[in-house]
Amino acid sequence: MPGANFGTMNVVVCVKQIPDPADPGALDPTTKTLKRDGKLILDESDAYGVEMALQLVDTAGGGEVTLVSMAPNSEVSGLRTALAMGAAKAVLVSDDALKGSDALSTAKVLAAAIKRVEGADLILAATESSDGYTGTVPEQIAEVLGLPSITFAKGISIDGSTVKVDRQTEAGYDEVTAPLPAVVSVTAGVVEPRYPSFKGIMAAKSKPVDEVKIADLGLDASNVGWAGARQEIVEVATAEAREAGEIVEDDGEGYTKIVAFLENLKII
Amino acid sequence: MAVSKIWVFAEATNGKVANITLEMLAKARELAGTVEAVYGGADADAVAAELGAHGATTVHATGDLGGALAGVPVGAAIAAAVDAGNGPDAIFLGTTYDGRDVAGRLSVRLDAPVITNVVDIAERDGSLVGIEPVFGGTQNVITKFTSDKTQIFLIRPKSFAAEEAGGAPAAVAALAVPEVGSTAGATIVNRHVEEKTGPSLDDAAVVVAGGRGMGDAEKYQLVEDLAKLLHAAPGASRAIVDAGWVPYSYQVGQTGKVVKPTVYIAAGISGATQHLVGMKGSKHIIAINKDPEAPIFSVADLGIVGDVHKVMPKLIEALQGR
Ligand SMILES: Cc1cc2nc3c(=O)[nH]c(=O)nc-3n(C[C@H](O)[C@H](O)[C@H](O)COP(=O)(O)OP(=O)(O)OC[C@H]3O[C@@H](n4cnc5c(N)ncnc54)[C@H](O)[C@@H]3O)c2cc1C
Ligand SMILES: Nc1ncnc2c1ncn2[C@@H]1O[C@H](COP(=O)(O)O)[C@@H](O)[C@H]1O
Repeated sequence: MPGANFGTMNVVVCVKQIPDPADPGALDPTTKTLKRDGKLILDESDAYGVEMALQLVDTAGGGEVTLVSMAPNSEVSGLRTALAMGAAKAVLVSDDALKGSDALSTAKVLAAAIKRVEGADLILAATESSDGYTGTVPEQIAEVLGLPSITFAKGISIDGSTVKVDRQTEAGYDEVTAPLPAVVSVTAGVVEPRYPSFKGIMAAKSKPVDEVKIADLGLDASNVGWAGARQEIVEVATAEAREAGEIVEDDGEGYTKIVAFLENLKII
Repeated sequence: MAVSKIWVFAEATNGKVANITLEMLAKARELAGTVEAVYGGADADAVAAELGAHGATTVHATGDLGGALAGVPVGAAIAAAVDAGNGPDAIFLGTTYDGRDVAGRLSVRLDAPVITNVVDIAERDGSLVGIEPVFGGTQNVITKFTSDKTQIFLIRPKSFAAEEAGGAPAAVAALAVPEVGSTAGATIVNRHVEEKTGPSLDDAAVVVAGGRGMGDAEKYQLVEDLAKLLHAAPGASRAIVDAGWVPYSYQVGQTGKVVKPTVYIAAGISGATQHLVGMKGSKHIIAINKDPEAPIFSVADLGIVGDVHKVMPKLIEALQGR
């Protein structure tokens, strides 16, 4: 019974490893999807989930944080960053058959990987990833696993076998509760992620990363990746560019340009 | 027509239908002969007139959700209707807190993918395609479904103009929520509404937004002051929201609000792609930035290369004198 084990809290965090957002992105000319062949790093959005998980385990007084990630080419650099922050171990799904997976296939794969983690009380993900930003994966994972879920968390606490979340809304926020185990997606600002310490970075090198193929998860290659995607990019078109405007150096009178511009539009 | 029946996931607050819902109804009318709404809430009767006026002939309503978050019950109810053969060919949901939840749940139940971040939908070779901006809106990716399942589109706010069609109130039809088993349980126990004064980012004709270039939280007051003088809504880049200078509700961009005012004034904002997708659709853009290479200038109609702390006080003074 999750949560019944007073004093322990086992949290699974989905962490995506992505191309450095500082590098200009590019689309693969044949597949028309985002190129993902260089070094990958931990998606900053997921650092919040990792930090939140570490704090919840800490507050409970026991338990551990397990990472789950799906990435091509056995990529672990992003996982090492999260392990260095303090996560105990990781499950990495890496398989050539996964290339081209859409959000639904990704969720099926991650859900299957999460099932390998025993005794998970809570599953965290980010509200949206920095490179894909479909924002649907966490909710899809919850449905595949048959669990309740709360999205857009800006605060999380655990009370016995219940998770309490402050969920962002259009007007402010709602207090939402759900029985554990549950899936919760977090926003930036839920907590301030720690920087890995030198000790943490050294320790991360020997932490276990369980690398699995989709066959190990009991999934069929025809349901994931390009084979399983039921949507197709038919075209990439250059968007209409805005016409170049007037750019002026402020010589102390630059504000008059703005006043004239607003007058012209009858805003003032 | 590529599709004959489209459902629009309707959202409302205190009986007032959300703009995003009305925007989607307008687009749905262009694309299909039958447009209907799906609503998860107790007050379907109160929203039926407005939904009808915007072109929905029927509103399929679940009734009171008993405090449950919408994703599970509404997703399950739509899936049950589809399984029973009463569903639509395509369903439009807004990229909103609840819209995404419903889309995610529905997608798994129907084993159908979702096309996300859509800013336009068109008909091509007899099927619907979704158009999604990438790289800050410099390019558009056009995606179609390749299966014959219900086509689920998640649509960004402000993509279409809402337009009344003058229809009669929508007929309210009961949409049964099936037993949802172990997925049930996420329940709203309390609501907190943050009071706001002045025009909102959604409706304001002028938006004045500040970024990290404002220097610190106190200097953001220049943005508020200018906004007040122009009857504008104040906005922000994510950098200063994350830094805690202003609340999240101020954020403009990919993970914040999409705005399309007549005039958008960006002060001390670099113009990262994630910011640009939230404001590039503004009619006129004015940027103040001390870096002549700042990407914000590539979308500006009027760019002032200068220090916000010099330009803005003078601008405020000039406007106060009028
Ligand atoms: C997944 C994801 C989602 C994101 N979503 C959003 C989003 O929704 N909205 C958003 O805004 N960002 C978003 N971002 C963040 C975005 O990438 C940028 O980091 C952010 O927009 C930068 O904010 P800024 O322009 O205020 O800060 P900076 O990029 O630091 O720019 C500050 C600018 O101020 C100028 N400046 C400095 N001092 C002065 C001065 N005295 N006078 C005039 N100019 C000055 C500088 O030249 C610089 O151009 C997202 C990022 C990711 C990864
Ligand atoms: N390949 C992946 N590996 C691990 N987690 C993922 C992956 N894809 C998505 N997620 C999780 O789901 C969140 C939302 O992703 P998305 O729906 O793509 O915006 C991400 O921020 C991650 O927490």
